[in-house]
Amino acid sequence: MTAITDEFSSAPVLPKWIAPVLLLAFAYGVVPLIGSSYLFEAILLPFLALSLAGVGLNILTGYAGQVSLGSAAFMAAGAFAAYNFYLRVEGLPLIGSIVLAGIVAAAIGIVFGLPSLRLKGFYLAVSTLAAQFFVQWALTKFSWFSNDSASGVIDAPKLLISGFAFDGAVGRYLFALTVVSILTFLAYRLVSSQTGRNFIAIRDNETAARIIGIPVLKTKLLAFAISSFIIGVAGVIWAFAYLRTVEPDGFDLDRSFQILFIIIIGGLASIRGAFFGAALIVVFPLALSRLGGFLLGDVFDSGVLDMSQRIVLGALIILFLILEPDGLVALWDRVRRRLLFAWQST
Amino acid sequence: MPLASYALGMMEASVYAPEVFARGLPSTLQSSAVGIVPTGSIADAAVPLLSLQGIGLSFGGVVALADIDLSVLSGEIRAIIGPNGAGKSSLINVISGVYRPGRGHVQLDGISYTQVPTQRLAHLGVARTFQNLALFKGLSVLDNVASGLAYKVRSNFAGQVLGIGRSRGERRDSLSRADQILEFLDLTAVRDRLAGTLPYGLQKRVELARALVAEPRLLLLDEPMAGMTASEKSEMAGFVRAARDRFATTVVLIEHDVGVVMGLSDRIAVLDYGRKIADATPDEVRNDQRVIDAYLGVASDNEDGAGI
Ligand SMILES: Nc1ncnc2c1ncn2[C@@H]1O[C@H](COP(=O)(O)OP(=O)(O)OP(=O)(O)O)[C@@H](O)[C@H]1O
Ligand SMILES: [Mg+2]
Repeated sequence: MTAITDEFSSAPVLPKWIAPVLLLAFAYGVVPLIGSSYLFEAILLPFLALSLAGVGLNILTGYAGQVSLGSAAFMAAGAFAAYNFYLRVEGLPLIGSIVLAGIVAAAIGIVFGLPSLRLKGFYLAVSTLAAQFFVQWALTKFSWFSNDSASGVIDAPKLLISGFAFDGAVGRYLFALTVVSILTFLAYRLVSSQTGRNFIAIRDNETAARIIGIPVLKTKLLAFAISSFIIGVAGVIWAFAYLRTVEPDGFDLDRSFQILFIIIIGGLASIRGAFFGAALIVVFPLALSRLGGFLLGDVFDSGVLDMSQRIVLGALIILFLILEPDGLVALWDRVRRRLLFAWQST
Repeated sequence: MPLASYALGMMEASVYAPEVFARGLPSTLQSSAVGIVPTGSIADAAVPLLSLQGIGLSFGGVVALADIDLSVLSGEIRAIIGPNGAGKSSLINVISGVYRPGRGHVQLDGISYTQVPTQRLAHLGVARTFQNLALFKGLSVLDNVASGLAYKVRSNFAGQVLGIGRSRGERRDSLSRADQILEFLDLTAVRDRLAGTLPYGLQKRVELARALVAEPRLLLLDEPMAGMTASEKSEMAGFVRAARDRFATTVVLIEHDVGVVMGLSDRIAVLDYGRKIADATPDEVRNDQRVIDAYLGVASDNEDGAGI
C-alpha cells in the first residue's frame, strides 16, 4: 500500500523565484516605456490595488478559512486613516502614514474578527457585514474624517517619498507596484511559514488544530489583523494612487463582494490567484463593454449594454467555477504542465 | 488498583500475545511503572497515568456515558470495545477535553480535571487520532506530521516572515523529527503529497504519525484501523505496538476488530449503552458471558468497521 509514486515528481522544475523576478523586471523595466496612460489609469492601477486586497483577503479566507464580507470597510479604514495621519501629524512621511493606516485597519480587523471565535462560515460572513456597515456609516457621519470638506470628497496628497515625487500615471504606477510587490513578498513568506501552516490547519480541521496545541484563538485574530493590514494598505493605493480622491462611496458592499469574487475566481489559498482574479475582474468588464459597444452600440443604449454586460459576466463566472472550481490558478497550472510535457516529449 | 491482579493480567496477556512477550515488551512496562516513581514502593508503582472517576455524559436525553471508571497504567495498550453507539468515542473525547463530562473527573498524571484543557493537551503529553479522518487536507504529509510539534513553536510570525530569531532552527528541528516518524511508519514515499490526496488507509497512518511525532506519553487512538483491509490492519497493529515499544507510549485504543484487539492489548474495557460491563484481560473478556451477549456474539456484524 505504500507503493505510490508521485506523478509530478519527474517534471523539471525551474527555481521558484524565476517567474516572479522576470515578471517584476518586465513590470519595472518595460511596462513604463510602452504603456499608454489608459493602460495605467484604467487597468494597471485598479488591478494592483485589487490584487493586493485579494492577497489580504486570501490570507483570511483562503488560508485561514474565515469568510469575510468586510474587505471594503478595511480598505476604507486604510485610506481614511492614511489621509488623516498625513494631514494631521506634522512631519510624518507618507510611508509612515501608510504603515500606521495599515495598523489602524488591523486593529479594526481584530475587533470585527472577535465573532470568529464563536461563529463559523455563513454566520461569520454575516457578522463581518457589521464592519462593512459600521465603517461606512462612521466615515459618512463624522465629517472630521474627511477634514470637514463639504462634498465629503477629498483630494489625495501627492505621493512623495524622501523627496522623490511619484508623479503622473507612470509614477503612481511605480509607487503602487513597489508597495504591492513588497507586501506580496511578505505575504508569500507568511503563508509558507509556521503561522501560515497554522492558518491552513485551523481552516481544515479546527478541533484537530486545537488538540495538537495550535493556539486557535490567537491565530484566528492574527489572521484578521494581518489580512486587514494588507487590505487597508490596498485601500490607500486605491485612493491615493488610482482614484486620487478619498471618499467612502467606492468602498461599499459591492467592493467587498468584488474582492471575494477575485479570490474565488483566482483560486483560494493562492497568492498568485489574487492577481489572476483581479486581472480578470478588471480587464474582463472593460473588454466586454468594448465588444458590446462595438457590436451592439447602435442598437441599444448604454444602460441596456451595461446591464447585459453584468449578466454576461455573472454567467461566465458561474460557468467557469463549475468547470474549474479551483480557480484560474489551477487552470494555469494545468496548461503549464501540458505545455511542459509537450515540450519534453518533442 | 491492586497490583496483583494487574500483574496476573499481564502474564495472561502475554500468553495471549506471545510475540509481545518475546519482544521484551514487559520490560518497558516495568521500567515505566517502577522506574518513574521515586519512592520505588510497589504500591506507588501502580499509580495509573490516566484514571477516570465516575464519568457521566449525556446529550439531551441520550446517556452517552454513565458512571465510568477506568484506569490506564503507564506503558500498557488499553483497548476499549463495544457496539456502535456504546460511548467509546465519547470517552476519548472526554479524556482529550473535547467534551466536558456532566459528572466525574479525569485524572491525568496525578492532576484531576473536570474538563481536560484541550489547548494544553499536547503540553500534557497527550496526543490523539480521530475516528473520522482529521488531517489537514491542504498541507503536505510532511507538514501534517510536523504540525504535531506546533505546540512547541515559540517564534512569532514576524520572526518567521523575516526568517530571523529561533524560527529557522525550530523549522529545521520539526522537519527532521517529522522525517524520522515518516520513516518509522514507512510513509517516506508519500512525504511531499497533499494529505487529502492519499488513499484512506494511508491517511489513517499519517494521522498516527502526526500524533506520534510529539512522542506523547499517552496516545488515544479512535478506530485507527476502521475501513482497512486485513493486511492493512495487521500492518497498523504492528505500528501501534512498535510505537509503544519505541517511545514507551501508553496507548488507549478503540477498535472493532476483535481479533486485532485481543492480539494487541494488555487489558480491555467493554462498554455497552454507556456503561462499562467488563474490564479485564483479553482472555477473561473473551469468556465473559455478558460481553458475549452484548458484543462478541454479534461481532460478525461489527467487523469491517461497521461503526465508522
Ligand atoms: N456530539 C454529540 N451530540 C449528540 N449526541 C452524541 C454526540 N456524540 C455522541 N453522541 C451520542 O452518544 C452516544 C455514544 O456515541 P459515541 O460516538 O461515543 O459511540 P461509539 O461507541 O464511538 O460508537 P461507534 O462505534 O459507532 O463509533 C450515541 O448515542 C451518540 O449518538
Ligand atoms: Mg466512535
